[in-house]
Amino acid sequence: MADTARQMGVDPLPDNQYYVLHVNGAPHEVGDAWIGESLLYVLRERLGLTGSKGACEQGECGSCSVMVDGELVCSCLVLAASAIGQEIVTVEGIASPGRPSDVQQAFVDCGAVQCGFCTPGLIMAAHALLDRNPQPTDTEIREELSGNICRCTGYGRIIEAVQQVAVARSQR
Amino acid sequence: MSTVTREGIREGTVRGRLGDSPPRPDGIAKVQGSFAFSGDLSSEGVLWGATLRSPHPYARIVRIDVTPAWKIDGVAAIVTASDVPGKSTYGLISSDQPVFASDVVRYVGEPIAAVAADHPETCRRALAAIVVEYEVLPALTDPERAIDGSHPPIHPDGNIIRRQRIVTGDQSLVGEVVVEGTYEVGMQDQAFLGLEAALALPDPGGAGVELFIATQWLHEDRAQIAACLGLAPDKVRLTLGGVGGAFGAREDISLQVHTCLLALRTGRAVRMAYSREESFVGHVHRHPAKIWMRHHATAQGRLQRVEARVVLDGGAYASTSSAVLINAVTHTQGPYKCVNATVDGYAVRSNNLPCGAMRGFGVVQACFAHEGQMDKLAAACGLDPVEIRLLNAMETGDSLITGQVIENVAPVAECIRVTSELPLPDTPVGGLDGDPMHLPGGAGLTADASHIRRGIGWGVSIKNLMYSEGFDDYSTARCRLVDGVASLKFATSEVGQGFVVLAQQIARTVLGVDDVVLEPIDTTIGSAGSTSASRQTWMSGGAVDGACRLVRERLFEHVGARYGVEPVRLAIDDRDVVDTLGSLRVSVAEAGAGTVFEETFEHHHRPTEELDENGHGNCHTAFAFVAHRAVVDVDPDLGLVKVVQIATAQDVGVALNPMSVTGQIEGGIAQGLGLALMEEIVLTDGHVRNASFTDYLLPTMLDMPPVVAAMVEHPDPMAPLGAKGVGEPPCISSTPAIVAAIRDAIGKDLHRVPVRPADICL
Repeated sequence: MADTARQMGVDPLPDNQYYVLHVNGAPHEVGDAWIGESLLYVLRERLGLTGSKGACEQGECGSCSVMVDGELVCSCLVLAASAIGQEIVTVEGIASPGRPSDVQQAFVDCGAVQCGFCTPGLIMAAHALLDRNPQPTDTEIREELSGNICRCTGYGRIIEAVQQVAVARSQR
Repeated sequence: MSTVTREGIREGTVRGRLGDSPPRPDGIAKVQGSFAFSGDLSSEGVLWGATLRSPHPYARIVRIDVTPAWKIDGVAAIVTASDVPGKSTYGLISSDQPVFASDVVRYVGEPIAAVAADHPETCRRALAAIVVEYEVLPALTDPERAIDGSHPPIHPDGNIIRRQRIVTGDQSLVGEVVVEGTYEVGMQDQAFLGLEAALALPDPGGAGVELFIATQWLHEDRAQIAACLGLAPDKVRLTLGGVGGAFGAREDISLQVHTCLLALRTGRAVRMAYSREESFVGHVHRHPAKIWMRHHATAQGRLQRVEARVVLDGGAYASTSSAVLINAVTHTQGPYKCVNATVDGYAVRSNNLPCGAMRGFGVVQACFAHEGQMDKLAAACGLDPVEIRLLNAMETGDSLITGQVIENVAPVAECIRVTSELPLPDTPVGGLDGDPMHLPGGAGLTADASHIRRGIGWGVSIKNLMYSEGFDDYSTARCRLVDGVASLKFATSEVGQGFVVLAQQIARTVLGVDDVVLEPIDTTIGSAGSTSASRQTWMSGGAVDGACRLVRERLFEHVGARYGVEPVRLAIDDRDVVDTLGSLRVSVAEAGAGTVFEETFEHHHRPTEELDENGHGNCHTAFAFVAHRAVVDVDPDLGLVKVVQIATAQDVGVALNPMSVTGQIEGGIAQGLGLALMEEIVLTDGHVRNASFTDYLLPTMLDMPPVVAAMVEHPDPMAPLGAKGVGEPPCISSTPAIVAAIRDAIGKDLHRVPVRPADICL
């Protein structure tokens, strides 16, 4: 990559440049990476965490949603190297290993999953919503999750899944 | 990244038979992010592929120089038209589209070359380094110029892809009431979320190739790929990569041949993945349409004759345009009785983006026009929208204007009545409790809430199911039963619709088993046909049902011999084989212990025929019907619309999985809403102006209203499981219902979708 960059007149990173990202509670080394790589690209292609999806590359669809230091962000809009030292949580780390979270289970039970491409992003956004606002109204759900585009479901079953989790959590 | 495995989806012990709504077997993997979509697949030492595309709608290629790209470190292959070893063109119906353009480019985005390199960024730089010199030609972008012959042919096959007339009955009849209008439909994008992506693995020595691909029809892809690669079909093996939605956009070849070609050229695994911008030019779209209609009726509102002229812009290559045209012209009467017709339809070539399949496939365009006409007719006859539709509602035994008799269950009037009885929204005009989120335009600087006007509108439609005009789009399935565990094998593309759960439900119901293993979806079994045309529940459902029934016959023969009972007396009751005339009861697992039962079944639908020159013939296989009622709030000052509610009753035959049917109804309505109000690929002189999700607007959760849905269930005797396809109808008449509601609110004649703010307030 460095030779390529020099030929193209772009300042390269040294080939052996590497940095560490903290993802799902563990440090991950990233080596020999082009500085222009987004957090989404590094998660998927260098760390093997393909749960986060890319569908628009400009923060419109929410498929790549992850938590960075507790904030829901579109990982396609974040440079990976800018997330050094921050706590990153992806869909692979949102629940206890091997067991789906209540939100994940509700999505399956309520029919909120069809093709499933938007689903990881919506799982992250729904967790963020319910953690911040445990009893959202219908309008609050619609507004809070309107940054996540689903092309299959028409959203009805997704809203139902979120409502079901809110009710179940309130009865715990 | 996910590594490719050969394991199918394993099912646990969940019970779920036909009529239940068990969770889908891929659901947990999808919510956990571990489900492998085609773009998630990789392999050791993989290269990335990328495509160089035309910046011009129409130009002659004077020179291509790829040598500058070879100077970039990390480039492993560069291929152009001269590197295609087999057939230089491909296409679904006519093979008119080049794998790579060599002499002429016919649309913005047409592939010219492809590269393989070590990193996506290297690919981008390599593409930028390739020099292509063009002689720009005057582009054909007005479909009427293709029809009137005023533009020279832009393709050796000419500028008219197909013309079809329908001439039926009295050609001079003039009704006591005559209404006419011209209706336009913009170019809609399927906008699946999972972008085009594939992984190709070459065989040693280039003898063959394996492709993991998100597609709607593995076997059709294989035939086209093999021909272009100059390989025998059995040297090209396809496995379905996880599909992130389809909606018609994966019927045509996009990156399949390019990915295989790069893998064979380099002898290495190659991945290709389109960006969103590239995807907008990388697959076909819904045809933009201009439709003129004139309806003749008695003074009482009984429809007597339909005249129509239909023009579909097919763009640069034929794709499925000829079949889309047939759907459009044969559905011009809508779900209404009509015996006289004069219809003329054209699908034409232009230098706009190629168009082909999208959910609704020609019927969306026709329906927007005929439903606008029915409202005009109602107004002219002093009827309301429901009365005019009930008066003319088609029934079983009625004929289409092609002469084809509707033999399916046809509960058009019932769909309308049931919809009309569904509750209207209790939300007051302009929203609840003054919450600005419920206003058209949301909480921004919208107009005074007191200006908001509410309207109610109707749309009703008929949709053909399965393929038409003599095509035998059969499906194949294999069932194996071992020790009470069934496994199913089919090549049916699961694109999100939920065939994987339906297949398990069928096996559980027929065989009395809990565990149903789904084997990988690939080309090692016969074709399943396309996941298109609302056909897989009927066709692949029929194939799985048939295979399971054959296995059950073998099981009964086995049990009969073992216990000395005539097999005909045996039946499945829960998990057991029982003697219906005696006391024998033995579990399916025990009854067949140690024996392997395996059967393969092909389901074929009844034959159809081509239309003759007058548009007569039994060209379609079967039909489904649906009614939609829309309630909207309109801000007439700013031209903004809030859809408050959609009510619908749909003819589903039988709801085999009610949760899946609900998902299809709600999801289809969202796409219908998108076409009504938001979604259009804007082209200027053949150039796309909004190839991104920032500029091409899709309905979000705030745009979608609550849907009140009823399923009208009358098992169709022609359908193998009594169930009709349910995917397409929801997105067909929801669009005209919303537009009719806006007309009702503001009293203005709207005749184009998507309805733009200026159409409302200027």
